[in-house]
Amino acid sequence: MSASVLFDAPGPRTVARHRVYNVVAVLLVAAAVAWALWRLYDDGQFEADKWEVFTTPDYVRVLLVDGLLNTLKMAFLAILGAVVLGFVLGVGKLSEHALVRWPAWLVVEFFRAVPVLLLMVFTWYAIGINKDGSPFWAVVIALTLYNGSVLAEVLRAGVLAVPAGQAEAAYAIGMRKTQVMNIILMPQAAKIMLPAIISQCVVALKDTALGIFVTAPGLTFVSKQIYLEFNNRVPTMIVVAALYIVVNLLLTLLASWVQRRYVGEKSPLDLTRVGTMDGGQSTAV
Amino acid sequence: MNAVLDNLDAYFKAFGYTIFLFLVAGVLSTLLGTVLVAMRVGPVAVLRGAAATYVTVVRNTPLVIMFAFFSFAAPIFGIQFKWLQVHVGTFDFTAFFGAAVVSLTLYTSAFVCEGLRAGVNAVPLGQVEAARAIGLPFGGVMSQVVLPQAFRAALPPLASVQIALIKNTSVAAVFGVAEATAQMRTFTNSFSSERFGIFVCFAIGYIVIVEAFSFLATRTERHWRVAL
Amino acid sequence: MRRTRFGIAAAGVLLAGMLTACGDAGSDDEGRDVEAKENAADEFDAGTRMKELAEAGKITVGVKYDQPGLGFKGANDDIPSGFDVEIAKLLVADLGIDPADTSVVTYEETISDNREPFLESGKVDLVLASYSITDDRRKVVGQTGPYFVTGQQLLVPADSDVASIDDLKGQEVCSVTGSTSIDRINEAGAKGVGFDSYSECVQKVLDGTVQGMSTDGSILAGYAAENEGQLKVVGDEFSEELIGVGYSKEHPEMCEWINDVLEDSFEDGSWAEAFELTLGPSGVETPDPPQLQDCVA
Repeated sequence: MSASVLFDAPGPRTVARHRVYNVVAVLLVAAAVAWALWRLYDDGQFEADKWEVFTTPDYVRVLLVDGLLNTLKMAFLAILGAVVLGFVLGVGKLSEHALVRWPAWLVVEFFRAVPVLLLMVFTWYAIGINKDGSPFWAVVIALTLYNGSVLAEVLRAGVLAVPAGQAEAAYAIGMRKTQVMNIILMPQAAKIMLPAIISQCVVALKDTALGIFVTAPGLTFVSKQIYLEFNNRVPTMIVVAALYIVVNLLLTLLASWVQRRYVGEKSPLDLTRVGTMDGGQSTAV
Repeated sequence: MNAVLDNLDAYFKAFGYTIFLFLVAGVLSTLLGTVLVAMRVGPVAVLRGAAATYVTVVRNTPLVIMFAFFSFAAPIFGIQFKWLQVHVGTFDFTAFFGAAVVSLTLYTSAFVCEGLRAGVNAVPLGQVEAARAIGLPFGGVMSQVVLPQAFRAALPPLASVQIALIKNTSVAAVFGVAEATAQMRTFTNSFSSERFGIFVCFAIGYIVIVEAFSFLATRTERHWRVAL
Repeated sequence: MRRTRFGIAAAGVLLAGMLTACGDAGSDDEGRDVEAKENAADEFDAGTRMKELAEAGKITVGVKYDQPGLGFKGANDDIPSGFDVEIAKLLVADLGIDPADTSVVTYEETISDNREPFLESGKVDLVLASYSITDDRRKVVGQTGPYFVTGQQLLVPADSDVASIDDLKGQEVCSVTGSTSIDRINEAGAKGVGFDSYSECVQKVLDGTVQGMSTDGSILAGYAAENEGQLKVVGDEFSEELIGVGYSKEHPEMCEWINDVLEDSFEDGSWAEAFELTLGPSGVETPDPPQLQDCVA
């Protein structure tokens, strides 16, 4: 590996010591995993009848179609809505008119500060109970409101991160306010925002798991049906977690591809930085 | 509204649990996140890999599943938190609180690690080179030079991680902790006619906590920025 | 690129798991066959909600999805099963609608939080979801029955000394977040801890995190039977829950009709049959049908 700047290139004694650390660490991790597997085995969690359901075609279909597909649909619609809402609120927050700026600020602050679960319960009271409303849409709308507010903040930060000279130069050649925003600031801000939008997709996807508490369809909902019927809570948990992780990793892969393809490897600012790994990522939770 | 106003003690007690969950998990996740980031950028390859795997897995797992794990799978491993029996006033911190704190801590620490790593990346090269030049080992470089600066640089993202934690405590509602969201559901079920008002009251409670924390974070950031 | 390989490996493992010998899990018990009544629409007076429903030939019923024995829907089931559902079927059939045909009957999932809103907004026409009759609920929706009377009891480990809720004063007792049961636990001096459903509380009692759980005795009996030798039901019923049928306040005429159908089912034995089929296997003895409340017109 390329040498990290955080520590000196190890000498022969340090190399030997690190080798010992590595071996000890491997042994510890392996022992922990082995112990965990043994405990699960001892508890009967690997018995065939606890896993059979995941190889039964009907239930695999239920898991993937009623579960995964619905989860993906909710997340996709929510992100679509969130990008639109985020754009509207973000531009609203940047507006020069206090009458536009303040309501946008208020909406963003409100939906950012309220827990998604609480919001979901509420949209479900408000929308899900209507004759043609459904918990599905309650989840989509709750996630749209929350992620939209987050993206509004991201958009604002993105626009403000564009060097001031850009806008000044645009005004200097006689562009109008909307032109400056649309032609100069937005395209550059969008590049800065892209990683954040994608990581917000992961957030939205994970938050769909909360839909179970408002009877919305999705992976967690199906998993509850399965473990109640087959009394296999732990295996179900493992399968559902694995599905979520795989989908999220694929999403992250897509994100890094999009970023490489359309944004470029790194911003020039990163060159002066220290870490050796692939640079700081967004920290959305 | 009356439902909440007539039961203000229950309302405040519920938010008390929310705040306790946040404080304990907040401190622990910051500590664990710091350890993780040291492993992640450190010289031991296996630890680096372990930390990276941990962060990847946890970042991509829904919080509900973390909670479910510590409520229903951990007892198989003999992890039950039954030793936890702390009673302060009318508050009880027992096994459920313990499981919730551990779930929230392990979940949040992955994000703390990511945020801090961005902070580590923001520390100017010369700082580290100077530290190594005067003979500091890795531990010294990290604890004396890099991490203190990384914390300052990463304060805004770390603050949003902690704000997310405040909101994430709501998931504990269905895992045995009588915090605000659980209390809200109790209210909405007992006083079905006042759902909307009850929701607004509880939303306000969360907003107050989040805004108070944001305020502190912004002030600290300003303070630290001056000090730099 | 480590992530790429991890992702591909994980996907590969998953796929391999699916391709290995197909399993054959699941069961098919469909509950009682209830025949739809013929020409039902003729029996109702014009202008009543029952007439409208019978003529439309469609109805939506709110039931539980996660309570085996009362209202439960497996991932692969067409319609839910359980005692609540069996009673719902009787009501649906009386309107001349085939209760087994999911194109005309929708069994919507209701949980504690959405029963009243669903009735108020007309999203569901009836609620049969372990729905206790209470005064506060009657402010916003109509409730009649009961078709079932139960009371809150305790489920404790088989070797426990706990004999009643009084032995657990100040101790933690598990129940469902936001339920009536958890309020009663708190009223009795114990400390209610809430989970998402009762099956989760059972786990917590089995692993010893709590000393007991509490809700309606009929639900507990099912769990005690399922975990024979490990769990037992103890204590007197420390509350009386009248499980009734919920309907919209806008259609008070439904009350008499519901009571009539229930009364018929008490007399012709279909009530007892439904009980034996759903709650009987878990060891609950079939009681005498409860006394119906009068409709206050």
